[in-house]
Parts: sequence; C-alpha cells; structure tokens
Amino acid sequence: MRFLPPVWLVYALGFIPAVAYFALGVMDRLGADPQNVLERALGLWALRFLVAGLAITPLRRSLGLNLLRYRRSLGLLAFWYACLHLSVYLVLDQGLDGAAIWADIVKRPYITIGMAAFALLVPLALTSNAFSIRRLGPGWTRLHRLVYPAALLAAAHFVMLVKAWPPEPLVYLGLVVLLLAYRVVEPRLRRPSPRARAAQGR
Amino acid sequence: MLIGRKADIAPSEITPRAVWLDRRRFLGAAGGLGAGLILGGEAGAAPLQAAASPLSTGEPKTPKEDVTSYNNFYEFGTGKSDPKANAGSLTTSPWSIRIDGLVNKPGDYALEDILKGVSLEERIYRMRCVEGWSMVIPWIGFPLSEIVRRAEPQGSARYLRFETLVRPAEMSGQRSILPILDWPYVEGLRMDEAMHPLTILATGLYGETLPNQNGAPVRLVVPWKYGFKGVKSIVRISFVEAEPRTSWMTQSPREYGFYANVNPAVDHPRWSQKTERRIGEGGIFVKRRETLPFNGYADQVAGLYSGMDLRTFF
Repeated sequence: MRFLPPVWLVYALGFIPAVAYFALGVMDRLGADPQNVLERALGLWALRFLVAGLAITPLRRSLGLNLLRYRRSLGLLAFWYACLHLSVYLVLDQGLDGAAIWADIVKRPYITIGMAAFALLVPLALTSNAFSIRRLGPGWTRLHRLVYPAALLAAAHFVMLVKAWPPEPLVYLGLVVLLLAYRVVEPRLRRPSPRARAAQGR
Repeated sequence: MLIGRKADIAPSEITPRAVWLDRRRFLGAAGGLGAGLILGGEAGAAPLQAAASPLSTGEPKTPKEDVTSYNNFYEFGTGKSDPKANAGSLTTSPWSIRIDGLVNKPGDYALEDILKGVSLEERIYRMRCVEGWSMVIPWIGFPLSEIVRRAEPQGSARYLRFETLVRPAEMSGQRSILPILDWPYVEGLRMDEAMHPLTILATGLYGETLPNQNGAPVRLVVPWKYGFKGVKSIVRISFVEAEPRTSWMTQSPREYGFYANVNPAVDHPRWSQKTERRIGEGGIFVKRRETLPFNGYADQVAGLYSGMDLRTFF
C-alpha cells in the first residue's frame, strides 16, 4: 500500500467513541440505562482494539498487509479503554464502595477475570515505548505475549456477564480464538514437512 | 354488606354491557388511530380505562419511553432495544388462551371473553429485573385469581404453568440460528402465589393497551419476583400437580430457580443482587439503591414462604 495514514490519526479517531459516549452520557442521551450503556461501550471498544491489535500479525503473514506501525497505538488504545471501563465501574457504578468492589472481585468470576485481564495489560502499557524495547531485548517479545491471555480473558469476561448465549460476545470470543489459533497453526504450515526437507537433500 | 337494598337505577336504564364495551372499543380504536397518526408508533395502542388500586405504589413512575423501549423479550432478540424494534410484526388479534390440565372448565377461551368477566385496575408496581435494574410501571390488569376461580381447579392442581406464543414467522428471536431459549417460554407459579391479590394478568400500561414489546395482548405481573417470571404474550395456562420446569431453569438450573423471589441476600451466582439501578433516574451519575426483600412487598407476601429456606428455594 502506498499511502498509510499517520499513527497520530489512529489515536485521534480511536478516542472519538470515548468522547462521544461521555458527552452523550452527561447530556443523558444514552437511553434508559445510560450508566450501563457507557460501561459496556467502553469495555467493548477495549476488546475491539485488542482484537485489532491481534489481527496485525495474521494480516501481514497471510495477506502481506503490513500495518505493524499501528500495533502499539491499537494496544495502548485497548489499555486506555480498559482503564475508562474500569473507572466507570469503580466510580459511577459502585460509587467507590470498597467493600462491594472487593466482594465483587473475589466472589464473581466474571469480575475476577476482567480484573485479571486488566492487570495483564498494565505491564504491556508500561513497556510500550522504544526505551523498554531496547532495554528488555528479547524479553520484551516474551512479555508482550501476555496480550494473548489478556484477550482471551477479556472475551470470556464479556461472554460471562450476559444471560443465555446472545451472539455478540460469542463472536468476539470466536475472533480472539481464531487469531490466537492462527499463531499456533501458521508456523507449522509454514515449516516444510520432513519429506520436503529430505527432498531438498538434507 | 347491605342485603335487599333497592337499586337506584332501573335495570332498563343501564346501558347493556355489550353496547358499553363496543362504545369503549370504538373510542379506543379511534383514539388508537389518532395516536398512531400523530406518533407514528405504538401500533394498535388504545386507551384503556382502569380503576385506581390501593395496592399501587406512590413512587415516581419510570418514563413510558423507557418502559416501552428498554426491556427483555427474547422472542424478539436478546438486546434491550430489540423488542421495540422487532415486535411490531406480532399479530395479537384474534387471541385465545388455552386453559387445560387439572380443571373442571378446560378450553380455548377468546381473550375478549376472558376480559368480559373482569374489571380492570391500574396497579403501579415496582419491577426488579434479575440483571440488577428496576422500574416503576403503571400496569393495567386484573387479578389472576379470577381466571383461576373461573377455571375451577381440581384439588390436585398445585401449580400453574404458563406458555408464551411460539410463532417464528412473527417472532424474530425464535428464528435465531443459535437457539436463545428452549421455546416456548415457560413460567410457573404455585397455586397460592397465583391466588395472591398482588398477582395480575396485565393487558395494558400507562393508560393504554400493552405495546407488543411489553407482552401484548396479555402477560403476567408478579411484583415481588424477578421480572423474568412475568411471562409475556400468554397462550396457555395449565393447571398441574408437579412444579413446572421453567425456561430459565432449563437454561441454567444453578442460576435460576422456580421461585425467583427478589432477595438481596441471595446473589445470582455471577453478580450481586444487593443493589439495583432505577431506570430513568438521572443519567450516568445515577446512584444504585438498596434492593428490598421481596422487592418491597415482604409485608404482603413473606408469609407465603414461612418455614422455607430461601437459599435453597431461590
């Protein structure tokens, strides 16, 4: 592709949903249960950015579309949306009621899982800079594989908070599983079979 | 009670019931038509006269817009706005309810015949959803006990089992590739719960006939239980001996019990039931409020469950 938009544009566009939802929320234009709409929308956008970030590598390897330069911004957007999502839950929803929040975290698997996903994202956000990449060397790549469990936990968090089995959370869980499975399956397909290697005279 | 009191009005002066009903139907149809032309929505909603009831709460009512645009009716999709978006396709007339099982008067009863024998009341009730939100809704309806009496249950009838319509052609949620629930939607009540004066069959809200998305033309309202007990668009009421297996019990027996009484002390396995968000009460800065045992109706209904462990019978 000849023209690729600058990275700052991803941030600029990426924060539009957050600004729009907060503005509509303050104006009480988010429907009947605005707090819930805001909380869920922020969480959903965090998950969307996680999925988008996970899609970068498969897009490059399978379609030759190189969007690597946007990966950090997508990851950081996911982190910031997770922060906003968590803040709405802590401040607006639970009113910073420490006992209720702690009870939620230890007693409710979907909250435990959501918190775990967030905790996994924190070191990734802290090391999403050129300095950390230089400093950590190959350890940086290993550390950032934490995004795989984080995305799985985030999708599971979504599936677990709904009644019955509505399609949307399952679609996101499916996307995450697919994108992670690609990473397991693709290298095996790429590596030549022993027979092919033998034919090459090895 | 006065016995043998002379009537103030000669029977000949009383407008025959059929004419009176027709007049209301005419006014209702005309009103509905007018409202339909003006609002362009709420197809078929007609004004409904109802007497006030001492059982109503004086709490501020949830705005009608919220009551009719934010609810669960999985037959039309799992999103909160799906029922309003998709329920317009439902045909609610003609409508009949099959009454069967352990009764002396089983049969298929036309809804208008059922309604002839009852007087409608407005019941402003709190409604607590199992998901942790609540509303105050001015229902219009009549006590379920009247239907029970007329059906003449036999001594062995201990429970009522309700079924919602199954009509995939008009109910988009029932056409879902991933089946959402095991249709038909089934709910149930114990006989004493069904006979309780708070338990009503509703045919309207906010002074009009029920919008399709709220369970037209007739639905159950049991204000001390979680909202999902309020089975909508009822087509069958069976009188049975054994506790009916409800749709939500089938879906997740660990999470949904038969009784489903509102109880802040018994959490849903996945979330707390201690507090609730009252819908329409102040944007994103709304504060949660404490959930009350039996949704605030404990004085009237706690006696039904005396001696029962409400953790076991949740």
